[in-house]
Amino acid sequence: MKLTLRVWRQRNTGAPGAMSTYEVDGISADMSFLEMLDTLNEELILKGEDPVAFDHDCREGICGACSLVINGDAHGPERTTSCQLHMRSFSDGDTIDVEPWRAAAFPVVKDLVVDRSAFDRIIQSGGYITAPTGAAPEAHATPVPKPDADFAFEHAECIGCGACVAACPNGSAMLFTSAKINHLNVLPQGAPERETRVLDMVAQMDEEGFGGCTLTGECATACPKGIPLVSITSMNKEWLRATRKAGKR
Amino acid sequence: MSTDYTSYATGEPVADTKAPKGPVNERWDTRRFEAGLVNPANRRKHTVIVVGTGLAGGAAGATLAEQGYRVVQFCYQDSPRRAHSIAAQGGINAAKNYRNDGDSVHRLFYDTVKGGDFRARESNVHRLAQISVEIIDQCVAQGVPFAREYGGLLDTRSFGGVQVSRTFYARGQTGQQLLLGAYQALSRQIAAGTVEMHPRTEMLDLIVVDGRARGIVARDLITGRIDTYFADAVVLASGGYGNVFYLSTNAMNSNATAIWRAHRRGAYFANPCFTQIHPTCIPRTGDHQAKLTLMSESLRNDGRIWVPKARGDDRPANEIPEDERDYYLERIYPSFGNLVPRDIASRAAKNVCDEGRGVGPGGQGVYLDFADAVRRMGRAKVEEKYGNLFDMYERITAENPYEVPMRIYPAVHYTMGGLWVDYDLQTTVPGLFAIGEANFSDHGANRLGASALMQGLADGYFVLPSTINDYLARNPNHDEITEQHPVVQEVLADTEDRLNLLLSVDGDRTPDSFHRELGELMWEFCGMARTDAGLRKALERIPQIREEFWRRIKVPGTGEEFNQSLEKANRIVDYLELAELMCLDALHREESCGGHFREESQTPDGEAARDDEAFSYAAAWEFTATGGAPVLHKEDLVFEYVHPTQRSYA
Repeated sequence: MKLTLRVWRQRNTGAPGAMSTYEVDGISADMSFLEMLDTLNEELILKGEDPVAFDHDCREGICGACSLVINGDAHGPERTTSCQLHMRSFSDGDTIDVEPWRAAAFPVVKDLVVDRSAFDRIIQSGGYITAPTGAAPEAHATPVPKPDADFAFEHAECIGCGACVAACPNGSAMLFTSAKINHLNVLPQGAPERETRVLDMVAQMDEEGFGGCTLTGECATACPKGIPLVSITSMNKEWLRATRKAGKR
Repeated sequence: MSTDYTSYATGEPVADTKAPKGPVNERWDTRRFEAGLVNPANRRKHTVIVVGTGLAGGAAGATLAEQGYRVVQFCYQDSPRRAHSIAAQGGINAAKNYRNDGDSVHRLFYDTVKGGDFRARESNVHRLAQISVEIIDQCVAQGVPFAREYGGLLDTRSFGGVQVSRTFYARGQTGQQLLLGAYQALSRQIAAGTVEMHPRTEMLDLIVVDGRARGIVARDLITGRIDTYFADAVVLASGGYGNVFYLSTNAMNSNATAIWRAHRRGAYFANPCFTQIHPTCIPRTGDHQAKLTLMSESLRNDGRIWVPKARGDDRPANEIPEDERDYYLERIYPSFGNLVPRDIASRAAKNVCDEGRGVGPGGQGVYLDFADAVRRMGRAKVEEKYGNLFDMYERITAENPYEVPMRIYPAVHYTMGGLWVDYDLQTTVPGLFAIGEANFSDHGANRLGASALMQGLADGYFVLPSTINDYLARNPNHDEITEQHPVVQEVLADTEDRLNLLLSVDGDRTPDSFHRELGELMWEFCGMARTDAGLRKALERIPQIREEFWRRIKVPGTGEEFNQSLEKANRIVDYLELAELMCLDALHREESCGGHFREESQTPDGEAARDDEAFSYAAAWEFTATGGAPVLHKEDLVFEYVHPTQRSYA
């Protein structure tokens, strides 16, 4: 198929950006969206033009590197990552807009590449269980009820891609932050740091300049791993509980 | 062909001098006792560089920092959470024997030595099996959400090539969950200021001063700035080199530059030809294909592999009656059936496709059928076990595996070869350590399923943090070095010259076009089956591609900016040299073993024939010059506990 692409081009963080238009031909329905961009880049290089920069690595939907807003949707029309989106979701003759994540806390590095280090700093503020190597008790010492283990897993599935932030009109990172808090707080191993974790991570999230949640639900709709919107509710409950407990001390 | 390259010299044997003598089950304790220690108060005076943040690197960085060392860590990804360990699906082995099914440390040791086709070092493998049980404890303490039974205890399953259920898993995302555990431990140290993390920064060379590894040259991928970093020891945890083949299941940016540059600076490279071709990947669909996707081999627990009995049978799978199907693994290997080790399953798939019985586009595929499993367990149970894998398959192929059999084909997946290391995981360059897939140590000629995660974490959490103390304790006072040091200036200049040359050629071919050409050559001649003639052909062709590369490469842009084409081209420079060494190693090893199948060396019924008489050694190659013959150093392998037998899975 033949497509018209309108792609966000921006030299670096400080430079102004704009949409540029490219035609690509001979695109097969079996190609992934990123393979289609590879095709465009091969042509651009041979023409002596600067290829389009975009983040990608595993191309299996698990590393969380790829991050394209396609026709206005984070990761495009299917509920998956940009790398797992295939061209069979488009038709011959389509015009497709390709943009980077847009959020105050994710500055553009170049073209479609953004800086998501704010996510790392949220994890650093408390998204872990303090368990230095060697200090672990026997794994079966503490059974974890299966429903709790499953709940933890479903939240631990977050790949940190940032689609939730890109999709949210407020640029909020509450789905990302709540996923990690819920993963760790439900487990007995996570209990000793339950309160500090939620208080510190939420504080860091605010400090990074992410917006608040107004329950539009766009985050959960865009999430390629299906982290549910109620995850945010659980985090809010955890935060309230921790705040009250801290008040009593 | 450059006959110069193949007429390599054989140098002094190389030996592991660090593994203690004595009973194999006491060696790790003995080594830990004999190793020097660094006083906790002195540890903060030592800086350790760690390159890579996968299971091995992430675990090592976190653990060294917990011990009190100053860690400076690098990854090319935008976040340490994205290293390719994250894509491992199936699980992690540990000899917990929670199933009471006869497992033990000794059995895991035995299985791994045998599975590696008797080309791994017994001392290392035994240590790996011992540590496996601690890994599970550690990960559970970190909050890794392993699958559990209703009673709240951990679930396990059996995995490719073994008859006990010792594989712990987190649905089909075990690698992700283990990596996030290590990443979170590392994040805690970054917050504490004990790890200085440099994301989007790629190591481009190693700095060796007075015979010791003292630092690295690295490029900031956003600004293009090239900097030097100094330390008392350097740890490479940069993963494997499967991307030499262009198409592989590795991440697009996984590369060999860190280990290859270290090799050029004096670290021996061992068994480069030992690559693992994974049997269950999604077949390629066309020339546009940029990478291949693995389907966890846990699928082989319940899926049945077959092809039509008749060649050229192009009926849809569901219209081929039962008696016209050939469940070839069950037929040839009745006791292991669909669970034979990876190398055997891959080669069997190649054989039936070579016979013209392959399915799907180009006849390059075999069926992996879940119809029986759905009948036996019910669709809900199949969905619970494999749901995410089935979804992934359907997303890529637009076929529903609950209704039609999956199509799979082998693909390059893992490299058992890597930098030669001793029992302490130290390379032949003092102060340079290699851990995880970057080293060669534990898997011999073939890695068992669910053992990569085990080895990465064993090296990172437990082995390296114990053994590196010994090196630092024995070398407590390194001279201060600065960028002005003549050696550092030379290494810096080398790196800058290389990048400038890439940018200045301004030819007419893209980096990818060269990578693809090299990859196709390697897949054809150094892939699942290798011959003397084919390897010689590849060895003739590689220098030609290399010469053409430096004449015709086109890299747009400059070095002082975010430039993904430059990153790619620079990695290909190293693939073009490493590929040659892989072919030479494959040519010299005139036996079949594990993932290395030489057509000249097979039994009458077409199985791999090992030659223990001539090849019971690890081949450690010493670099001399680009295109110049390397020097072979042999490490003799001694088997005191698991006696070499021809592997039999019938």
